[in-house]
Amino acid sequence: MHKKIESSKSSVDKARAALSKRASLGEDIDLEKYTQSAEELPYQDAPSQLPDETREQMMRAGITLGDDSQRSGTIIQMDHSVIHSLARQEGIEVMGTNQALEKYNWLSNYFWKAVAVDSDKYTAHVELNQSNGYFIRALPGSKTLYPVQACLYLAKSNLAQNVHNIIIAEEGSELHIITGCTTAPREEPGLHLGVSEFYIKRGAKVSFTMIHNWTPEIEVRPRTGIIVEEDGVFLSNYVIMKPVRSLQTNPMARCVGDNAIARFNSILIAPPGSTMDLGSQVILDGKGARTEIIARAITTGGNIISRGYIEGNAPEVRGHLECRGLILQGGGTIHAIPELRGMLAGIDLSHEAAVGKIAEEEVEYLMMRGLTPDEATATIVRGFLRIDIEGLPPELNLELQRAVEVSQKDIM
Amino acid sequence: MDGENMLEIKQLSVAVGDKEILHDVNLSIKAGETHVLFGPNGSGKTTLLMAIMGSPKYQVTRGSIIFKGKDIVGLPMDERARLGIGMAVQRPPVIRGVKTRDMVAACTRGETSKETVDRIAGKANLAELMDREINYGFSGGEIKRSELVQLLAQNPDLALLDEPESGVDLVNIALIGELIRELLQKECPIRDRSHAGLIITHTGHILDYVNARTGYVLIDGRIVCEGGGDPHEILATIKSKDYEECRKCTRK
Repeated sequence: MHKKIESSKSSVDKARAALSKRASLGEDIDLEKYTQSAEELPYQDAPSQLPDETREQMMRAGITLGDDSQRSGTIIQMDHSVIHSLARQEGIEVMGTNQALEKYNWLSNYFWKAVAVDSDKYTAHVELNQSNGYFIRALPGSKTLYPVQACLYLAKSNLAQNVHNIIIAEEGSELHIITGCTTAPREEPGLHLGVSEFYIKRGAKVSFTMIHNWTPEIEVRPRTGIIVEEDGVFLSNYVIMKPVRSLQTNPMARCVGDNAIARFNSILIAPPGSTMDLGSQVILDGKGARTEIIARAITTGGNIISRGYIEGNAPEVRGHLECRGLILQGGGTIHAIPELRGMLAGIDLSHEAAVGKIAEEEVEYLMMRGLTPDEATATIVRGFLRIDIEGLPPELNLELQRAVEVSQKDIM
Repeated sequence: MDGENMLEIKQLSVAVGDKEILHDVNLSIKAGETHVLFGPNGSGKTTLLMAIMGSPKYQVTRGSIIFKGKDIVGLPMDERARLGIGMAVQRPPVIRGVKTRDMVAACTRGETSKETVDRIAGKANLAELMDREINYGFSGGEIKRSELVQLLAQNPDLALLDEPESGVDLVNIALIGELIRELLQKECPIRDRSHAGLIITHTGHILDYVNARTGYVLIDGRIVCEGGGDPHEILATIKSKDYEECRKCTRK
């Protein structure tokens, strides 16, 4: 108990000192222009009773409310309030971060271990203005039958949502999570600051599928850290296909244990007016640790920076980074920045990056088989966005493909 | 269809960029017939097939291409495909994320059942490639078989085959020969066939499996020799005396 107070006190001090520390990446956001407070919203026993337009937005972010029999748990946070949380499976815990802090006094030990509180002004701001977030945990050896779904919903105009999420997969457990971040269907400003810390213990496996469904005036600065222990697996799938004013995030996974695995798959589509700066960083510190980072970026007029960074610090580590960008319409840019850093002999890191338009040769090949130019283009884009995700349950893979295909129709 | 040409090429000249590759080519093929094209590298064989298929890079500068009585110069490739022309290309592109199965489905336009597709794939020994990305990491022989499977699904009246046997080992040549025979309805009596073929071959090996009625030798963009009856004769000359003999030959 003593330790907890001490650690949180020092976090607060560090956060105060970092309040004006600009992030190294992304356009600087003036936090003053956003409202910090929001009224407490009532708890919903049956979230399927939420208004149609709210549920519709959530659905576009992969959250299903009508029939949640295919979910091992659900948590919904609207503005600052957790309006629903339910774990449907034994061994799986799902609740708001504040409630979890009350329940478990050890939980504070997990705060700011995977992400530094003084990383930048956004992490500092979340520490000083935290408004909940979700806590999802799989007890040792527990395996989710279905994914747990978590929704962060921004309802109030001009609000800053400052969430802190903690995800713990205890030894030998398996946790699949779908997170949908979305907002009321209005073109009004808002800020989403989300700190997420993942702890994947020995032999545990977490798949984290996040769909962002924003509106054109929203600014987003997620800050994510993942620690993967021996024989642990972390699998991230990130999809953003809707406009957002400004998004910058660069999650870092540290494979600290031997044979730990981290995989990142990202699908980004930037319409006009959107700026997306998205990276994935993996530090391979454990012997034989492995990673694969795959990004597919399409611009239809927006700007994308797609980063990747792999650092190999231990024997027999392997990493591959693949970034491909497709410019469907002029006016947008794709900037691919793949980086590899090897610190010793006997490691194996590689990357491939390609940015371009749709190859004429491919369109012709399909036309030769009888497809019209439009059908050919759609086939190529569909293929470009198709990532067969290793380790994801087939139903979840299917769901993800479906979400991608629905949004795809909008861009064609 | 007796007496009627499925394909009739008249005084055709084709340019790539500013350079004219084909000059004044004349050729006609009836339903049920298979013709072969010989010629040294760079003589314009692929250009001729691409011009018939309608690849926009190959511009017709003169002449006409009549297919089933209609001049198709100016029609885009997909319309030509739907009219009944299909082509197996030599070096098809990789399309990431698009599976062989998707390509085959595109060829059938939903008109052929999955069973038929699987049967054709099985016959071509291609079943395990059906769920791989098209042409990605395919061997030379796999590319040839994949091209033929797509054509069998598309079932064109006129099949244009660009070196279907090059780089294929002897065992697989027999298989490729069999696929081409199916494509060109070689098991039917000629009067019942509705399909025709135009095949580019360097080695002539494919002639051991597929009978052809007429052979052409294309040199520097011109047809310098047209031999009705048995293209083996032309092949024998080329083998023994090289294309130099064809260059000198005045028989046209």
